[in-house]
Amino acid sequence: MDMRPRSHPTYLAFVVHRVSGLLLALFLPLHFWALGTAISGEARLDGFLRWAENPLAKAAETILVILLAAHLAGGLRVLALEFLGWRSRQKDMVAASAGIALLVGLVFLLNVV
Amino acid sequence: MSATRQPASTKGVNRSHRTRARAQTHLWVVQRVTAMLLALAVVVHLVMIVTAVRGGLSAAEILSRTRGNEAWLAFYVTFALAAGLHGAIGLRNIASEAIGLRGRGADLAWLTAGLLTAGFGIRAAIGLYA
Repeated sequence: MDMRPRSHPTYLAFVVHRVSGLLLALFLPLHFWALGTAISGEARLDGFLRWAENPLAKAAETILVILLAAHLAGGLRVLALEFLGWRSRQKDMVAASAGIALLVGLVFLLNVV
Repeated sequence: MSATRQPASTKGVNRSHRTRARAQTHLWVVQRVTAMLLALAVVVHLVMIVTAVRGGLSAAEILSRTRGNEAWLAFYVTFALAAGLHGAIGLRNIASEAIGLRGRGADLAWLTAGLLTAGFGIRAAIGLYA
């Protein structure tokens, strides 16, 4: 049984990275398929973009942007840990990753509404 | 001859373990290489999203940037391939740990799913270019 502490911020970072990755990986084929279909004509793409103007679609987009930014920032922390050996100040790096994800989401929200 | 020589059946098992370990290593390398590519591509993608949505999106605006532009085509094709493979290997790892779905057959199925996803993305990239 894995007895490592689960209250540490890096465990939370692991959960966020895994959940965001899972949701993004499930969304990806749908995103590519919808985009590929919509791009078949300018009028069709405009129709798709008009549909995406509804508040629910914008809310979903904002969540996706936050998930993508969180997975990116968390992934950079993992890469730095594995390849550069940046083992110190992990709590700060987790906090910075969360801050980056929320900041990107906020900037997107401010621009899209 | 030698007392340390292994029985044929054990050698077969060891070879199978080695092949399996090599496949795992290959997938780990692909996951990390695609992660590095995606680190750059996602930054570009996020900057593009955040700036493009300002004032609303239109097909004409998007297509004017991408039509006939080889650099964007190369970017999106690489991005789609990296994202498709990265996502599929990630799902494989989760399925392996969470529900014990593992083995050569499962790996090939995930690889196919990743390449199929990438194919959808490349189709979209060609649509933006052509």
